Amino acid sequence: MSEKNLKTPDTEASSSTEYSLNDDRRVRVLTPGAMVAKRFFRNRLALVGMVMLIAMFLFSFVGGFISPYDENQQFYTYEYQSKQYAGVVRNDDFRYLVADDQEFGSTTQAYFLLYYNNTSGEEDFSFEDKDIAYDAVFEGTDFYSVYSDGTLLAMAFKDIVNSDDTDLSFLVKWGALKAYTNGETSFEAEGTDYTMDEDGNIGLADGTIVGYISRFVVTATENGVAISRQFKEELDEAITNDETEFVFTDEDGTTSTYEVSYEAFTDSWTVNQETETYVYDSYASPSRAHWLGTDRNGMDMLTRLMYGGRVSLVIGFIVVFIAGLLGIILGGISGYFGGWVDNLIMRIVDVFWCIPSTPLMIILGAAMDAMNVDPQIRMLYLMLLLGFLSWPSVARLVRGQILSLREQEFMAAAEACGIRSSRRIFRHLIPNVMPQLIVSCTMMLGSTIITEATLSFLGLGVKFPFASWGNIINDVNSTYVMTNYWFIWIPAGVCLLITVLGFNFVGDGLRDAFDPKMKR
Amino acid sequence: MRKYIVKRILLSVLILILVAFIIYTLMRCLPTSYVESMAMQRSTTPGSKTYEEWLEQLNAQYGLDKGIIQGFLAWCAQAVRGNFGDSWKFTVPVIEKFFEVIPVSFAMAGIAFVLELAIAIPLGVIAAVRQYSKTDYAITTVSLIGMSLPAFFFAALLKLVFSVKLGWFDLTGLVGRNYAQLDSWGKFWDMAHHLVLPILTLVIVAIGSLMRYTRTNMLEVLNSDYIRTARAKGLSENKVIYHHAFRNTLIPLVTIIGSSLPGLFSGALITETLFSIPGIGYISYQAMVAGDIPFSMFFMCFIAVLTLVCNLLTDIMYAVVDPRVRVAA
Repeated sequence: MSEKNLKTPDTEASSSTEYSLNDDRRVRVLTPGAMVAKRFFRNRLALVGMVMLIAMFLFSFVGGFISPYDENQQFYTYEYQSKQYAGVVRNDDFRYLVADDQEFGSTTQAYFLLYYNNTSGEEDFSFEDKDIAYDAVFEGTDFYSVYSDGTLLAMAFKDIVNSDDTDLSFLVKWGALKAYTNGETSFEAEGTDYTMDEDGNIGLADGTIVGYISRFVVTATENGVAISRQFKEELDEAITNDETEFVFTDEDGTTSTYEVSYEAFTDSWTVNQETETYVYDSYASPSRAHWLGTDRNGMDMLTRLMYGGRVSLVIGFIVVFIAGLLGIILGGISGYFGGWVDNLIMRIVDVFWCIPSTPLMIILGAAMDAMNVDPQIRMLYLMLLLGFLSWPSVARLVRGQILSLREQEFMAAAEACGIRSSRRIFRHLIPNVMPQLIVSCTMMLGSTIITEATLSFLGLGVKFPFASWGNIINDVNSTYVMTNYWFIWIPAGVCLLITVLGFNFVGDGLRDAFDPKMKR
Repeated sequence: MRKYIVKRILLSVLILILVAFIIYTLMRCLPTSYVESMAMQRSTTPGSKTYEEWLEQLNAQYGLDKGIIQGFLAWCAQAVRGNFGDSWKFTVPVIEKFFEVIPVSFAMAGIAFVLELAIAIPLGVIAAVRQYSKTDYAITTVSLIGMSLPAFFFAALLKLVFSVKLGWFDLTGLVGRNYAQLDSWGKFWDMAHHLVLPILTLVIVAIGSLMRYTRTNMLEVLNSDYIRTARAKGLSENKVIYHHAFRNTLIPLVTIIGSSLPGLFSGALITETLFSIPGIGYISYQAMVAGDIPFSMFFMCFIAVLTLVCNLLTDIMYAVVDPRVRVAA
């Protein structure tokens, strides 16, 4: 070692010729720490690991601030959905309307139809039901008035009279139908003059429309949807002109496209409304706004990854801290005192060593699922449990090191100086264990992150709404996501891999750097 | 030596009892979700008893109304006779289910284990012999990547590439759709075909640490004085490495191999679950998630026993292999 610290005379020759041989300035002294650092930075893999770790730390801890989005911010999108809006049937059956205070029962209607079918369809006819004679008078195309003894009982029609606001009386409807079927432009009923245009609109003398006549029956698919008069008119026109699509703006000003399709089998038309629905923007492909797309809940994937990294790293550090602290204290006590204390602590370590940790974590995770533990508290339990399950390996390491260290001369010297034992353990022994401890803790960080990710992947670790790299990959459980949305799970896996690999590279480099036998 | 072994065995039994007690206590302290959901389900059937009555009856039936200590003693008394009770989830005796599923796990873990050894040890030796060469860097990097790969992510990648894109393998399961129509050779090949990806996952994920370990130990041995002596004697490099050095690396290797055996079973838990291979891992996972106390207890104790036995065997093997330990013991 001293050889290495001593700069060879010929390299320094030009600048240090005047120094005498035992001058301190001739010798560049490196502290042990500097030696370790020097060896560490010579190791290319360790450097790569360092860079990877720094990058992931920046990504996770700084990225969250740079990202314009929040961890749980959901994004929405408009999606066009073709929804069935209305059904249209052309009325080809007679409908009946009974005059006020008269009777025209369903059997009578049946007789009407029976006798009607025997006629050419455009003439008057008579029929009988329960000894009452009825006269059907042909008033216009598909429009009959039914009299008995000269009294107007009812009318039979195929064109339907719809009233706009107030219901129209029987006589008005009768007059309107008569005018419509005969192509007249005006009629008079109950002392009022009405106009009739060729579209079947019934108007008052001042021009207000009170109703209209149409062959088509329009029923809304959804309950509670009122279909407006204008819409029916547009629809009527579209059907008559054999159009398959029309655009209509309703009273609220919403413009939608409607598709009309005819079904020959049922002799009806179906109207589909193309609506814009406001939905979560789930599984959106990578774009300028979302570099890695969005996840199932419409959250920005890149931002989730950053926050997930934060959770994974913080959990890793806390777990290793807990395990390290417990391990150092118990291992230190055990190694230093030996005897029954050592025996007791080592048996506890054996017991912990035997407890299968993965199954245990799965059982506890499932139990927490059943208890509906709050995700935040759950994360805390997870850290405590993982820390509590992984201290035995640290304790074993510390104990083994201390067992060999305490026999060395410097400990005898420390004892001779009368230093109290807690100080001897924690000031003189533990610092000498540190190199090994740092290496194993670095490696442990990596494996803890994997354990946490595995548990979260199984849905038993960190839970939504918190992101963690493990629970982001969880989406892969659906084969559809695995196949079609690579951007959901591959980046999370790569982040996980880079971080753990970084810890392993650095740990490995540190091990080599701490090893005084290393010749490089 | 015999005294040492007897002492170790007695200690192991004590540890096992303690571990079983801890696990039992934990399981009993959990809300027994399985019993609760069973009670909930049964109480909704028409004309049934109330939820509380069902809960009480089921608790009595499953022996959950006893105190923890009595319950544990009763469990122990049955367990030493090989009776671990009936699984709640699978409604068959635990042991029966165990023997039904263990062959698959054993075959899978066994093949993976042999492959791991066959790949990792030679590569580790090569990396150590050619320290700091390109080969060494490549092997080190690959092994560290293997150590850093989470099994579930690697399995998903394998599935995406080999099952979805190339269509060579089925996504999950142990047998194909037309398994029942195959003859016995066909059945064998079908199973083997379905086990390729899981075994690959197991091997790649476990290979890294073994490779690292071999390399580190080999390096340590190569730097020792007796290797210098062997070289000074003028032995060929091959003889030095494979005859003198490699034998001495076997000693620490025995330890890590011994301690990784139980891991083969609990580690396969994740892999089996990912590929839905009905081995002990996947079945236990289902049982554990459902809160099936008898099966979970059995599985945990099985792993614990395996750990203890492997530790014991490792220590004994160590003493057999390394004369220095024998003297110390």
